[in-house]
Amino acid sequence: MAADASMAPPMTPAPGSGRASTLQRLARRRSTIAVLMTTPLLVVLLGLVAYPAGYGIYLSTLNRRMTGFMEAEWLPTGLGNFEILFESETFWAVALQSCIFAITAVILKALIGFWLAHMLNDIPTKGQRKWRGMLLIPWVIPPALSTLGWWWMFDPSYSSINWLFQVVGIAEVPWLGEKWWARLSIIIVNVWYGAPFFMIMYLAALKSVPEQLYEAAAIDGASSWQRLRYVTLPMMANIISITVLFSLIVTFSNYDIVRVLTNGGPRDLTHVFASYAFQVGILSGNIPRGAAVSLFMFPILAICAFFVLRGVTRRNKEQM
Amino acid sequence: MSGLKRRDLLLAGAGVAAAGTLSAPMVHAQGTGGTLRCGFWDHWVPNGNVVMRELCAEWGRANRVDVQMDTVTSNGNQILLTINAQAQSRTGYDLMSFPAWEPSNHQRMLEPVDDVMRNLTQKYGAVTPAAEYLGKPGGNWVAIPAVAGTQLKPACVRFDLMQQHAGIDIRAMWPAQNAAGPTAGQWNWETFAKAAEACHKAGFAFGLPMGSFTDAVDWVGALFASYGAFLMDDKGAITVRNNAKLRAAVEMCVRISRFLPNDVWAWDDGGNNRALISGRSALVFNPPSAWAVAKRDAPQVAENCWTVPMPAGPEGRFAPYLPYFWGIWNFSRNKGAAKAFLEWLSDRAQAERQTNGSGGYDIPPFTSMSDFKVWETEGPPVGSVYNYPVRAHHNSRTSIAMAPAPAAMAVQMYNQGLNTKLIARIVQGGESVDQALGWVERELNTIRRGG
Repeated sequence: MAADASMAPPMTPAPGSGRASTLQRLARRRSTIAVLMTTPLLVVLLGLVAYPAGYGIYLSTLNRRMTGFMEAEWLPTGLGNFEILFESETFWAVALQSCIFAITAVILKALIGFWLAHMLNDIPTKGQRKWRGMLLIPWVIPPALSTLGWWWMFDPSYSSINWLFQVVGIAEVPWLGEKWWARLSIIIVNVWYGAPFFMIMYLAALKSVPEQLYEAAAIDGASSWQRLRYVTLPMMANIISITVLFSLIVTFSNYDIVRVLTNGGPRDLTHVFASYAFQVGILSGNIPRGAAVSLFMFPILAICAFFVLRGVTRRNKEQM
Repeated sequence: MSGLKRRDLLLAGAGVAAAGTLSAPMVHAQGTGGTLRCGFWDHWVPNGNVVMRELCAEWGRANRVDVQMDTVTSNGNQILLTINAQAQSRTGYDLMSFPAWEPSNHQRMLEPVDDVMRNLTQKYGAVTPAAEYLGKPGGNWVAIPAVAGTQLKPACVRFDLMQQHAGIDIRAMWPAQNAAGPTAGQWNWETFAKAAEACHKAGFAFGLPMGSFTDAVDWVGALFASYGAFLMDDKGAITVRNNAKLRAAVEMCVRISRFLPNDVWAWDDGGNNRALISGRSALVFNPPSAWAVAKRDAPQVAENCWTVPMPAGPEGRFAPYLPYFWGIWNFSRNKGAAKAFLEWLSDRAQAERQTNGSGGYDIPPFTSMSDFKVWETEGPPVGSVYNYPVRAHHNSRTSIAMAPAPAAMAVQMYNQGLNTKLIARIVQGGESVDQALGWVERELNTIRRGG
């Protein structure tokens, strides 16, 4: 029976009241109840997601003083901010850095999380909880706070890591002053913070793989690599995809690590979309152009989401 | 009693309440002047907030206005976020502290204060030039240059190290008296570069940041101004190509930056403070806050510090100036009281109390107020910050980096640190001067488009 045609258990109608009985019937319809139950969620989504997104798009079409639409030369009026960004070297450097940062960090987090999950899975249940708790610590500390701790370790003048390097006779490293070291520093902090999330997701996925599959593979003489390749990975494929997508979205929109560690320096080479959008929009007082910068994340992430979710859907269909 | 029903009782009660409310006079919280909600910058110096609270209470009592004061920190750019949020929502404080570029950014939403500034300039004379550039975009004052939070960034010199390694007696050059020393004429960028090299060789490199934070942008901006080197003119035209003055300034800055610590490209606004306080550096450009912290944490360093004006260039001497402003939102419901309060806060007596409360950190906007006693008496060594405010014998003008470009564009150039990045591309990125100038010209074009 269709959900909207179904009724909650009948109640006795008020005698002699046709209007009341219609209302009661309407209220008893499951579709009505469903709409009522989802209304708070819809209100939240409209208020906190759709409205800010729509307002952000609207802002990006305005001129700096927000008195009218931004004129453009080769794009339609209203897209002038995007046109300017297309022609800005700094913006393309930011786009490149955002991709380097997000892709490298997500790959490293996935690999480290995968390895940690396997290590944890092999520990007896009794001792596992303790390790699980300890490994989750980086993920539960607010990133702005933990990044400050990392900043002290990378401090240009008084880096504790460099101090240790000196003790063992290794040359000091300009963690935040040189292009590639600064990029690496940001990735290290993001991986340190984000790898536990992958670990816990993969651990949950590993625990859901039926033991019989491994036993069957062992009877067939599969090596440990073959078990990983043909049993574990296919069984975890969906959770890997979803986790990678989720992390990609969060990493792409990361702000606090860059802001605290390098402020985009040296020479704007560590800026990501969010930190650059803040610099252009809030610090430089050009909110429409800042909104345009931040909107560039949307198509990139939408394409990633499309392919990842399509893969998940396909695999689900194959398994059905 | 049985005749009085519940409904009648409620009706009678509501009637009495309504009559009482309608007939009552409008009574404000403290007096008849209403309420004034103020969002002041959360001062670095804890006593700065104490003094401001006292002043709010004092004026409120005298004028029967309920002055409510909040402090808004600039950490994490909270003050900028608050300003933008209030501008978007058109609600919030009646008056606020605005960092340097914000009056220009929000000029359409600020109550003009030409009348207040007219009264103040009649009493105290001209306002320092950089404050006028920032607070008077389009020819009208949109905010009042504040005392609390306004800073200059002259040179804080370790006179012992400077004497020992560069052979310069900086205290004789700039003594704590109202006249320059006999050798003050030699205090130019050429002398400075030689001293930077000498101190670098001795292991006490000057602590000059070269990132995109304000301390870096400000000192490089002052150097550029002293060479007459500007990236954009006051009409918004880009002045990079074939600009001999700009090239000379860039070359001098490149020369100096080769004698700085290797990590200056990653320094934030605390980098130079740490360099001075740790005893590693012979000179920084900073307000006396670095020296004040050294008094507490490294007294042997503080005892050897002496504040002097910036070196001069071919076009004069410029003092890096980073002010706060007091602005009144045009949606304020108590503009009259706000104006009266801010005018009173800017009066000499109140200005001196603010400066004293901050240990001399706060700089009043009127050049006639450069003679507060606090700068003569603070120490050790006594007289260390005598030359912190711009004094007549300095032959110096206040400036902010990227001026005289129109403020709407200058703010973007400033916050993106175009001047320091220009130098970084040459020294750190290995580009030629021409390549780096080409890059900055393209960046300026993107800023100029769409204003």
